[in-house]
Amino acid sequence: MLSFILRRFMSAIPTLLVIVTISFFLIRLAPGGPFDLERPLEAKVMENLNRIYQLDKPLIQQYWLYLTAVARGDFGPSFFLRDFTVAELFARGLPVSMTLGGLAMIFAILIGGTLGSIAALRQNSGVDYLVTGLGALGLTIPNFVVAPIFQIVFGLTLAWLPVAGWGAGTWRGLVMPVTVLALPQIAVISRMTRAAMIENLRSNHIRTLRSLGLPLRVIVSHALRGAALPVVSYLGPAAAALLTGSVVVETIFGLPGIGRYFVEGALNRDYTLVMGTVVVIAVFVLLFNLVVDILYAIIDPRIRYD
Amino acid sequence: MAEPVLTVRNLNVRFRTGDGILHAVKGIDLDVEAGETVAIVGESGSGKSQTMMSVMGLLASNGWAEGSVKYRGEELVGLSPDKLNRYRGSKLTMIFQEPMTSLDPLYRIGDQIALPLTTHGRMSKAKARERAIELLELVRIPEPARRIDSYPHEMSGGQRQRVMIAMALANNPDVLIADEPTTALDVTVQAQILELLADLQKRLGMSIVFITHDLGIVRRFADRTYVMKRGEVVESGQTADIFAEPKHAYTRMLIDAEPTGRKDPVSQGAPMVIEAKDMTVTFGLKKTLFSKAGHMVRAVDGVSLSVRAGETVGVVGESGSGKSTLGRAILRLLPAGGIVRFEDRDLMPLDRAGMRPLRRHLQLVFQDPFGSLSPRMTAGEIVTEGLLVHEPRITRKERDRRAAQAFDEVRLDPAWRNRFPHEFSGGQRQRIAIARAMILHPKLVVLDEPTSALDRSVQKEIVDLLRDLQTAHGLAYVFISHDLAVVRALSDEIMVMKNGKVVERGNAEAIFEKPKQTYTQDLIAAAFLRGLEETKPGAMGTPLSN
Repeated sequence: MLSFILRRFMSAIPTLLVIVTISFFLIRLAPGGPFDLERPLEAKVMENLNRIYQLDKPLIQQYWLYLTAVARGDFGPSFFLRDFTVAELFARGLPVSMTLGGLAMIFAILIGGTLGSIAALRQNSGVDYLVTGLGALGLTIPNFVVAPIFQIVFGLTLAWLPVAGWGAGTWRGLVMPVTVLALPQIAVISRMTRAAMIENLRSNHIRTLRSLGLPLRVIVSHALRGAALPVVSYLGPAAAALLTGSVVVETIFGLPGIGRYFVEGALNRDYTLVMGTVVVIAVFVLLFNLVVDILYAIIDPRIRYD
Repeated sequence: MAEPVLTVRNLNVRFRTGDGILHAVKGIDLDVEAGETVAIVGESGSGKSQTMMSVMGLLASNGWAEGSVKYRGEELVGLSPDKLNRYRGSKLTMIFQEPMTSLDPLYRIGDQIALPLTTHGRMSKAKARERAIELLELVRIPEPARRIDSYPHEMSGGQRQRVMIAMALANNPDVLIADEPTTALDVTVQAQILELLADLQKRLGMSIVFITHDLGIVRRFADRTYVMKRGEVVESGQTADIFAEPKHAYTRMLIDAEPTGRKDPVSQGAPMVIEAKDMTVTFGLKKTLFSKAGHMVRAVDGVSLSVRAGETVGVVGESGSGKSTLGRAILRLLPAGGIVRFEDRDLMPLDRAGMRPLRRHLQLVFQDPFGSLSPRMTAGEIVTEGLLVHEPRITRKERDRRAAQAFDEVRLDPAWRNRFPHEFSGGQRQRIAIARAMILHPKLVVLDEPTSALDRSVQKEIVDLLRDLQTAHGLAYVFISHDLAVVRALSDEIMVMKNGKVVERGNAEAIFEKPKQTYTQDLIAAAFLRGLEETKPGAMGTPLSN
């Protein structure tokens, strides 16, 4: 297993290199540059800016400079938010996004998993229809609709929770954004768990447990472990996406996460910020895929990587 | 006689299906006495499994049972799962047809065997582990103390069925229900499992209910037999009486359904159709960037065979012997080493395009009549698909006429050619698969276990059909099967394969009457349950000895 993990880390390096290369040249293809404003800058100023940020050098040389800097852990200064380096921006925003996303993921797994299992055990009953119905609702209503409704109901009318703001990470400020983030995940996870559980409950080895007169508790725990495999493979990429922030939720609730950076960075041609976001997301995706593979081997003894 | 352990009275099982209510078991009566072996025999769809599934409360969620099932006077029908669990796994237990999937792949077998012990016997974990080792020893798993920590995928099918038996016997049950426990296993393994069950019964004294379609097993092991057909018991009584004097026509048909007859020899002058020399097929993992080269397996290792027009070569062996791989290699469907000559052409230098015009002469019929027909094409389209490639110029009308002709030849009603595969039974589907091959007027047909998925009575019809087609068209057959009775009825020459090599070959009669190799002898003994007769007497009424 250890050698497998090591191999995966080694193979992550070329993967990252490809991602960085493609994104580097793609973002340069977009028309305009970081210093193009509505009122064009004086040619001399532009020239100076380009020189300072090394944009006057040939593209291939810029690429090489960026690569060597990243290899040293230097993601460069933000071109648009000029008082900050990219690393500083992430150092501030990433903890916020990860707290939100992490909590949302944990809730989604607990609630979605439980609902899905109950629905599977009571297949075609009222409870089942309720869970699948709510699941469909959770998937179809977008978060930019749910979030304002929550703000009006719980923030303004009932005044239980702050309407927006990070509030230094107190739980009151977290409740609504975490819930809004978790809802669609609860929907997906409950549906996946339900389907996987139903398949498992029908399997021959569960029939064996029934034939041995084992209590429901044992049957459910065996079925859950079998059902976990497909759900876990969904959770990897989903966790990577949640932990790297949500533009919509962070914007609506005014939270200082990193979700906004990708959009803002792209709009402002903030090359270094976009590149930084790409690298962060790629690292998360690679990391969580590795976590999924490790979990797979833990859940299923038939899977061995050595 | 003492009160039976299990009494079934007027049991009805129904299923709610898309096509209305299916009445699977129609008011049957059945008794199981202490320590006896009862067989329930019938073909697929007879309701034999569903009868016992309802006894165990294991019917699918769309099914329900009515009537009475009593275990030592206690009514089981209508009990909640919780109450039923007082009997299941302790007094009444069951083993199933699918040893490969009946154990949970995610748990060690020791933990699985411990489950009924800690639940019913309220044993401590440590004690349950000790008992689990004992049970593994009882079912003759070698090195039980080590194997207890194995996962199911580390065990063979036969070993998994032994583990199932160990779990079923964990709490010394009164009745063990065995639903086709050996059908999915190789013959030699099958014989070992049956022998084990008979021996355990002698030692532990439980009753066994054998659900099976295999009359050989019934004859050797069952004291009494119930014959079921379409949800009803058509005949019941002492096994010996039923075999000696079957009263019901259906029972007689089942007994007569064992394939009989022998192949007429082929004339010496018959032209050679296919000649394969030194066939070798190697499977293995390729070396990749991150892994070392995997080990290579020689699935077929230097096998030669030749078939003349009108001749059948039977290829016999257990799973993994390479017999199917050989069949595909001869047809050049797999990369292989060696020489294959079809009539007077060397096939080896030909690429895919070069093979294509010859394909019509070299046909293949598969084992699985369900998986090998496209569910979205009509039977007629399936049968004529080959014509689109090999005779693209013929009109739609001519194709349809040829389809009708092919249906007629395999004795299917030509009017059915617009139906879809799911509307046919297993035997009818296999006829469609044969028609698909026959419509191209092949010279060689490789038949890969064409009868293995079918009931005995249907098997017999397919065997007769294949025989007639061979006589009519002078076909050369390579008949691959693990079913020795069928192979014997069809083949001129037989090759016995093991681990990719030919162990023994020769004239069919010689192989069956005077097998030279021990492996062949074992195979034949196991297939016809020879040498197991002694196990039955004394199995009845032995007191509980544990």
